[in-house]
Amino acid sequence: MKLLNLTINGRKHTKAVSPSMTLLDFLREELNLTGTKNGCDKGACGCCSVMIDDKPMLSCLLPALEAEGAAITTIEGIAKGNALHPVQEAMIEMGAIQCGFCTPAMVINGVHMLAKNNNPDDDEVKECISATVCRCTGYNSIEKALHLAASKMRRAAHDGS
Amino acid sequence: MTDHKMTDLTKGYPAKDYKVIGKPVPLIDSRAKVTGQALYTDDIRLHNPLIIKILRAPCPSANILSVDISAALALSGVKGVLTGADFKNNFGVLSISKDEPAIARDMVRYMGEPVAAVAAENAEIAAHALRLIKVDYEITEGVFNSKEALKPTDHPLHPELNKKNNLHKEILQEFGDLDQGFSDADVVIKKRFRFASINHGFTEPHATQVQIDNKGNITVYSATQVPHYLHMALAEVLEIPEHNIRVIKPHLGGGFGGKSDPFPHEMIAAKFALDLGRNVKIKFDREEVFFSHHGRHQTDLTMKLGYSRKKGITAIDLDTLIDGGAYGSFGIVTTYYNGVLLQGPYKLPNFRFHVQRLYTNKPMCGAMRGHGGVNPRFASEVLLDMACAELDIDPAESRLNMIHKENTLTTNEFRVTSVGLHNGLTEAIKRTKWKEKHGKLPFGTGIGVACGFFISGSALPIHWNKLPASTVRMTIDYDGGVTVYSGAADIGQGSDTMLAQMAAEVLGQPLENIKIISADTRTTPVDLGSYSSRVTFMAGNASRNAAIRMRRILIEAACDLLEMIPPEYDRPDAPDNFFRQGGRKPDFEQGFLGANPDYADGFIIEDGLIRSEKHNASVTYLDAVTKALEFGGILQTSGTYRAPKLGGKFKGAGAGLSPSYSFTAFIVEVTVDPETGFIKVDKATCAHDCGFPLNPLAVRGQIEGCIHMGLGQALMEEMIYDSGATQNPSFLDYKIPSAFEQPEVDIVPAYSDDSEGPFGAKEAGEGILAPVIPAIANAVYDAIGIRLTQLPMRPDRVLSALAKEREKNQEAGT
Repeated sequence: MKLLNLTINGRKHTKAVSPSMTLLDFLREELNLTGTKNGCDKGACGCCSVMIDDKPMLSCLLPALEAEGAAITTIEGIAKGNALHPVQEAMIEMGAIQCGFCTPAMVINGVHMLAKNNNPDDDEVKECISATVCRCTGYNSIEKALHLAASKMRRAAHDGS
Repeated sequence: MTDHKMTDLTKGYPAKDYKVIGKPVPLIDSRAKVTGQALYTDDIRLHNPLIIKILRAPCPSANILSVDISAALALSGVKGVLTGADFKNNFGVLSISKDEPAIARDMVRYMGEPVAAVAAENAEIAAHALRLIKVDYEITEGVFNSKEALKPTDHPLHPELNKKNNLHKEILQEFGDLDQGFSDADVVIKKRFRFASINHGFTEPHATQVQIDNKGNITVYSATQVPHYLHMALAEVLEIPEHNIRVIKPHLGGGFGGKSDPFPHEMIAAKFALDLGRNVKIKFDREEVFFSHHGRHQTDLTMKLGYSRKKGITAIDLDTLIDGGAYGSFGIVTTYYNGVLLQGPYKLPNFRFHVQRLYTNKPMCGAMRGHGGVNPRFASEVLLDMACAELDIDPAESRLNMIHKENTLTTNEFRVTSVGLHNGLTEAIKRTKWKEKHGKLPFGTGIGVACGFFISGSALPIHWNKLPASTVRMTIDYDGGVTVYSGAADIGQGSDTMLAQMAAEVLGQPLENIKIISADTRTTPVDLGSYSSRVTFMAGNASRNAAIRMRRILIEAACDLLEMIPPEYDRPDAPDNFFRQGGRKPDFEQGFLGANPDYADGFIIEDGLIRSEKHNASVTYLDAVTKALEFGGILQTSGTYRAPKLGGKFKGAGAGLSPSYSFTAFIVEVTVDPETGFIKVDKATCAHDCGFPLNPLAVRGQIEGCIHMGLGQALMEEMIYDSGATQNPSFLDYKIPSAFEQPEVDIVPAYSDDSEGPFGAKEAGEGILAPVIPAIANAVYDAIGIRLTQLPMRPDRVLSALAKEREKNQEAGT
């Protein structure tokens, strides 16, 4: 066991963890943050995506101890209280959520992409979505949602300036 | 961004004044899912659970000589070990093929089959304990394909069936006069088609948790599509009364048929909880999901089709081998569906099918989206395209001419009611500019068409009884909030939302006022579960009927307050009479009675008021609720759905019977690269007749999802086995289409108004899938002039077919 210090959704944690524990298990089993999903255990489905220092990473492939000192955002940290992120709002509005198991990862990746580029083209959106396996939607509605979120964010940026 | 056309799918329907249905409604649990708050089975936190891990057979075929668990049991932290000897009773979703043990007893029938299970204080100890279990296997010769399985043997997979081969089920049915049919044809084509087995690929792996109380009652949280069947199977395998078991389906991460059987790990988990008096938990990794499989059957079929210019399809003769793997699962149903689902969407006067399902030493196959109908549909739609090409007939026009008329019987006595395919396909032909494109596009680009049909729920139950197919309980609280209790399982398709829409529309409430409690065998009435595309039609009708009864109680209370005489209608205590008398008149034949009562009663419930249109007088909804509560202190109704009596009198007449059928047309445009063999689907235009679309947003989602899954089976997905060993049990090796492969989708309306569906609706979840695949194949032919008859249509198969074609042409040229 080793001590792990990190920040998750703005809150500092210090915990003793086993070197074999993945970040995914740490989030789900130690902190009860079950919004991050385990779809395959081996980095193939993307459902376990979280933001580590503002970069989406697969938490099932990362030993928790590797995240020492990192600032992590999980799906539970995306909305600000009851105010959803534009990506979350757009996902709901466009019907981009069916079973919902890939949804947290889709949101994480979408939020990351749009933070860097709020005017993505079709291929950039597809690329962003391709990080995660979705079996329900055929991706069309998720694409539409990310484009819609992008336009909402552009408008907000314009209004804010 | 691509400009996705968003046609109003409710255009053309008479009922413009609906408040909730027919509107695009995001699924009611979307917010919980998009914030990570929705709890799936593995997200539930029970107190101090033991972790279960399963030891799986390393070989596909063996006798188990001994299992030594002593070292595992002795390991500190191990609380229990189970082997096949601990389970006396087999189980299976069909009562006629309960052939699966929770843990293999004397024989291993597929690689990955459970041979022992450990419950330990944590996952590491459980994994360690598995390595301490010593199993002595005597490797036996396995059977790995259907043809081998037909051969006589003294050692079949299931000796208990007393057969001398590995045939599980054989069906031969013939309707009409086949010889006459083929002699009526202008062209007869016969071809062999082969299909790989494919996996559902749902994202949430199987998981189960069991909570036990101090009286030995268990609550089983499980990722299941059918809590009711799981409930029954648990009681039978564990030999405890059903009332000691409560099955709850939490949020579910996709099913597509793959979570509709009871599973060994569910039996194992419940047994551990009962034996050890501890809460327990198990979750599969992705490999285990692929090992357990239950996917679409590997299929080897030969089909002969006769086509006449004047009459359309004159005859089909089908001979099919389907590789069932080690156990029965839904296989007997699959066997029938391979044949009977060819009875639509076109008239088919003469028809024979011979289907054999075989046991082999591979993971079992079962129900998967489009169950049983998908592979034969590919064959018939490709053969039809070939016939049209040979006779130089437009394949889309030819299809238009053969579609079933409304209110007809098929040759095998399926009752076809509403049909919206003709107008849907007509619209798709127009929208795609089919006539300007088909046969006229440059080499490498093509356009293809195909149609399909599917059941809206099986009319007959799997376990024969006279209970309703679905029952819904509805209550209204003192503050006016409505709760709908239904056993239907929301598996991501949105059935909870649909149930809420039914109640909201009838009771004039906003959707937010309706709460759903579903898929909990303790609190919800029986519904047979989410398979065979039955939920909208059956549970939807039950919810609607419960709401109509509730509405009548409220209106009587309102009349009481207004000192008016309530409208005259049948009392709600005469359910069967009342709910068979619709506003729409029965007009077809005996048994076709319209389960759609018109609830127009001269009152309008909206904006918190109940208003009499005639007297222009109103009371508040809340006052009426309070008045109605005065009587019994509780405001509660039930609604049921029973399918009408249907079908012929011959053996097997029940297979494929449904109160209604959905119809689908696809026109697909592709680009094929002759250098690489790569097929790109550029655009898919879909007309799906689901009756009145209750929730156009959900219907769109189902169409786009079916295109994704059909695309996968068409182009890339296949389970690969080497002598029974699964070669690609991961999403890295079992590739499913990504956003880059998914085409642009255009959805055109296919108007029909079903006389018995809830508000005229039919299924929208499965029937869409089958025609996607042959439409792609027919478009590939239009693009490069080759017929692909083996799925998936991998680039190497495209290239070798092109090479053969070139050789043929060269020979012809010399």
